[in-house]
Amino acid sequence: MQRTRVSHRLNAWVRHHRLSAADSLRRVLERPTASLLTWLVVGIALALPVSLALSMDNLRALGGRVDSQAQLSVFLRPAVDAVAGQALAEELGQRADIATATFRSREEALEEFRARSGFSDVLGGLEDNPLPHLLLVVPRDPAQAAALAAEIGALATVDEVILDLAWLERLRRLTELGARLVLVAALLLAAGVLLVLGNTIRLAVEGRREEIEVTRLVGASDAFVRRPFLYSGLWYGIGGGVVAALLVAAVFAALRGPVAQLAAAYGADWRLAGLGLIDAFGLVLAGGALGLIAAWLAVGRHLRLDPRG
Amino acid sequence: MITFERVSKRFEGGHDALRDVSFEIGADELVFLTGHSGAGKTTLLRLVMLLEQPTRGRVLVNGRDLSRVARRGIPAHRREVGVVFQNHRLLFDRSVFDNVALPLYIAGYDHREVGKRVRAALDKVGLLRHERAMPLTLSGGEQQRVGIARAVVGRPPVLLADEPTGNLDPALSAEIMTLFEDFSRVGVTVLIASHDLALISRLRHRIITLREGRLMGAPA
Ligand SMILES: Nc1ncnc2c1ncn2[C@@H]1O[C@H](COP(=O)(O)OP(=O)(O)O)[C@@H](O)[C@H]1O
Ligand SMILES: [Mg+2]
Repeated sequence: MQRTRVSHRLNAWVRHHRLSAADSLRRVLERPTASLLTWLVVGIALALPVSLALSMDNLRALGGRVDSQAQLSVFLRPAVDAVAGQALAEELGQRADIATATFRSREEALEEFRARSGFSDVLGGLEDNPLPHLLLVVPRDPAQAAALAAEIGALATVDEVILDLAWLERLRRLTELGARLVLVAALLLAAGVLLVLGNTIRLAVEGRREEIEVTRLVGASDAFVRRPFLYSGLWYGIGGGVVAALLVAAVFAALRGPVAQLAAAYGADWRLAGLGLIDAFGLVLAGGALGLIAAWLAVGRHLRLDPRG
Repeated sequence: MITFERVSKRFEGGHDALRDVSFEIGADELVFLTGHSGAGKTTLLRLVMLLEQPTRGRVLVNGRDLSRVARRGIPAHRREVGVVFQNHRLLFDRSVFDNVALPLYIAGYDHREVGKRVRAALDKVGLLRHERAMPLTLSGGEQQRVGIARAVVGRPPVLLADEPTGNLDPALSAEIMTLFEDFSRVGVTVLIASHDLALISRLRHRIITLREGRLMGAPA
């Protein structure tokens, strides 16, 4: 007896979930233009922060790669000749805190600059080589690079030390700031999605006010009344998530070629990382969750029919 | 089955819709509730449906003190009280069948059981051949009978009706009242609010009269 009652109620519950899900989906699909618009709005709002976040990830990955090969460019004074430069390189190379110190003569530097920059014609017209001799110093510990740069910069033969970490540091700060901005944008846009979906659900509730009231009069629980609207929210949210995943995939597919070319121009073997399958799935889930929350909030305010709160 | 113990209802703004109302209705009774417009009939029925709470006094249905019913328990209580409304309150976006089936879907019956019970209820009110029709294609009397079928389809022990014949001509009204008498005969407690004195005085049932929220014939 007890068991049949419990299983009866469980069956009824499952049945109503199935009915609500199907009925809500039918209502969503019955008005394709309006629903598509809702999906697009939600999709764009979700795609924006996700694209930004992905870009930040890519930048961070790029920073990480360069970070590990942090190096000092040590420019020697013009008076210092190649032999002295070579000697200094060897001397520095002996030090425990320096991994490698490579001498690069001004001629080599010019050659390389020509090849890389594509300014060979302009440079070819120069009579004098404007570049000084250069040492490339890689510290063992990138964290010590700044101290090392100061120490080497104080040598009499050294004109200037450029620490590549400076722009790395800037990049790191920028990505940190970017991550903050992405978070703020994501929160704002999520709030926007909640408002848009909440309003959509609210209109649906208004349109079915009489139905809601009658179902309650003949004994429907809050959960029963809420259920179809929760499913509507879920369908709108999931649809928006799918749109967002497609948008992000499209944007990154369009960027992949140009970025690869850009990277090749800098001699870097670096490729843009897009949205993985699991991330895409997560995005759809996030959309669904937002839809559920929006529907819950929107319906909650319309369930005040009974005398006891 | 339905007991009012010194029930008063004061609305916000100070209007007393019911004052010190006490009565008892037995399980196998059919009782008419009458009185002028504004006398408090609808308010009294709404107390039984738990759409309102009394300001003072107690309402008991089937031995249960309604003031003890928690918000969670209200839906279950409403499933035990069938209600027929004056303006039917049918849902016009679905068929007669689906309108009548609504309480059963809410109560969680499966498809086969729903079909059986809906057809039995429609048969009882003489509308079986209209099960696929949309409510708007039916006459006022037929719509009201759909409303009655919906109220009884879940076989509630208590049946309330608020001016069920308000918009119908005398012949149709008499027919509807006969239906209620049939339900009463099979053990349903029936309480019908109506100000159609000519009709209800011809039927031999107890009549409770309200005047400005007070029970007539009760000690003042
Ligand atoms: N929600 C309400 N707020 C304030 N006054 C109400 C409310 N509902 C009913 N009333 C008042 O209570 C009195 C009784 O109303 P009602 O029970 O509808 O009477 P009847 O159904 O007998 O015509 C009327 O004066 C009506 O204006
Ligand atoms: Mg009334």
